[in-house]
Amino acid sequence: MALRGPVGPRRLPDWMATTALLLPAYAWLTLAVFLPLLTMFVFSFLNKTPMGQAPVEFTLRHYRAFIDQPYLLGVAWNTLMMGVWTTLICAVLGFLAALALVRCSFGRSREMLLVLILLPFWTNGLVRVFSWTMVLRENGFLDSLWHLVGDGSVGFLYSRPAIILGLVHGYLPYMILTCYIALVTIDDAVIEAAQSLGARWWTVLGSILIPLALPGLISGAVLTFVPVIGSFMEPRILGGPVGMTLGTVIEDQFTQAFNWPLGASLSFTLLAVVLAIFATFSGVLRRGTAGAS
Amino acid sequence: MNAQVNAPATAPVTHVAIQSVAKRFGTVPVLSDITTSFAPGSFTSLLGPSGSGKTTLLRIVAGFVTPDEGRVTIGARDVTDVPVWGRNIGMMFQSYALFPHMSVARNVAFGLERRGIRGAEAARAVGQALEMVRLTGFGDRMPKQLSGGQQQRVALARALVIKPSVLLLDEPLSALDRRLRQEMQVELLRIQRETGLTTIFVTHDQEEALTLSDRIAILDKGRIVQAGRPADIYERPETRFAAEFLGDSNFLSGTVSQGAVRLGDGTVVQTAHPLPAEGSPVTLAIRPEKMAVTESAANLLTARIVTVIYAGPVLSYLLETRDGTKLKLFLANRDGTVLPEGETISLGWSPDHAIPVAD
Repeated sequence: MALRGPVGPRRLPDWMATTALLLPAYAWLTLAVFLPLLTMFVFSFLNKTPMGQAPVEFTLRHYRAFIDQPYLLGVAWNTLMMGVWTTLICAVLGFLAALALVRCSFGRSREMLLVLILLPFWTNGLVRVFSWTMVLRENGFLDSLWHLVGDGSVGFLYSRPAIILGLVHGYLPYMILTCYIALVTIDDAVIEAAQSLGARWWTVLGSILIPLALPGLISGAVLTFVPVIGSFMEPRILGGPVGMTLGTVIEDQFTQAFNWPLGASLSFTLLAVVLAIFATFSGVLRRGTAGAS
Repeated sequence: MNAQVNAPATAPVTHVAIQSVAKRFGTVPVLSDITTSFAPGSFTSLLGPSGSGKTTLLRIVAGFVTPDEGRVTIGARDVTDVPVWGRNIGMMFQSYALFPHMSVARNVAFGLERRGIRGAEAARAVGQALEMVRLTGFGDRMPKQLSGGQQQRVALARALVIKPSVLLLDEPLSALDRRLRQEMQVELLRIQRETGLTTIFVTHDQEEALTLSDRIAILDKGRIVQAGRPADIYERPETRFAAEFLGDSNFLSGTVSQGAVRLGDGTVVQTAHPLPAEGSPVTLAIRPEKMAVTESAANLLTARIVTVIYAGPVLSYLLETRDGTKLKLFLANRDGTVLPEGETISLGWSPDHAIPVAD
């Protein structure tokens, strides 16, 4: 018989240990995510918010909202475009920032720069967004800078670019971090090999760095796009009258119109759209994440 | 030979020259006043410990590092200010550095595409390069499906296919296990001979340098301490460092006295090589395999066997003389006799094998 290590309680079977370790997390997810979601899903089929004494009926009416109220299609389109632009700008800026971090900074200074990138995460979202109104409003900070050289106002508060600016500010860190993680694993010698074979910087970027960082870009895009098309704080505060998105419409149903079933059905429609988009691109996504390891 | 006919690299043989090159990283001098040249078609090893500047020198030839002073020429062209991508070099890295997201064939074709060679012509060249490294049929594999040795062969094919002016090898074999490394050494040598490429090879492995090169440059602290044919350096090291770094060596210190060297304990050692002026201190280097157990030789020394290392074909004895000098003795294992530890023996060697070296 082989020698045994220190004598202790007998080992649990693997399946039992695994279950024991997973159980708290899954129990919590079930309680905190799945049940409320299920409740909302049930609500979305009711004719009115099930509070008070009035009897409720089952209906599919709310899922016809896009047909009954065609203006919602325009809102949905704007929302998607907002998501696309924000993701695109985040991807470009985030990739370049991550590249700079990986290629041009070392040790201490890199740590400092990473902390600075995380700073938006540590500030309250509302404060972050309101601070932009101070910058962008007429005679705000941006204007006072502009007034050093010119007249009039360049502030663009209450416009779509303002919304996107606020969203990019909020979600850029996700993109930087996911790209950073992807780029930092690329061996310097791979880049040098490409250069030695005659590749100039744009070939290195297009044929080596971007393809190898694709998993990071894709996860960053998912982490940005999904919350952005559901966002309501930035559109409402920075967009003002033009800031109507699916997010604000849904929020209105819950807080202003008190039409929870409509809000819930719109939410689930949005979820379905997101899933449909990912299903469409899943081939690309899978190839992107499998291509480099 | 068939491979000869199909050799993808038939670029004219190129001379590489380095003129008074110096490089500092911050205030630390990494290379000082390096002047050397690499003959067309030669295989030169830059041999030195880590921090000796050998890799920096290679990277200066490649163009990854710009020298603070001096010029680099490849062929007739001064490339000092030419960026890496314009130098037409073939380079191999320790980490293989294959493009992980490209198939073997696309890896090899990468340099051809940069030169505007595509389609059938590129496919043919890729095929020939893979044949040369004996990886025909591996074109569709991904790098991670290959073994380390195979990956290194792909890296070699990728470097050769562009018909580089010079082949630069940055410790390409040190990540391989011993058997594979020896196999790759033979391959590398065969391919280098077939292609006739001027090759510069960075290594810290003296055995590898001896096996592969027709010229070795030994670097220490940013300077070339000795360069020449492997046999010349081995038989006639000029400095203690060279004697120690290439092969093993025993050192005896003394002063010059009447055309010989008088050691601290009064023993007089004869040498057949020129000595410095009478009375000056000198160190003699004697290769451990050039000593023998004998009582009749021009030079004799008694020492006690401290440790015996049985290495198969060779027996290494670690010895100590009466005054505490440590010596090594390598004896061919002719009949299996092993001298016992603790025994005192008489060592002898010829004056030819006592080489005065600078410290």
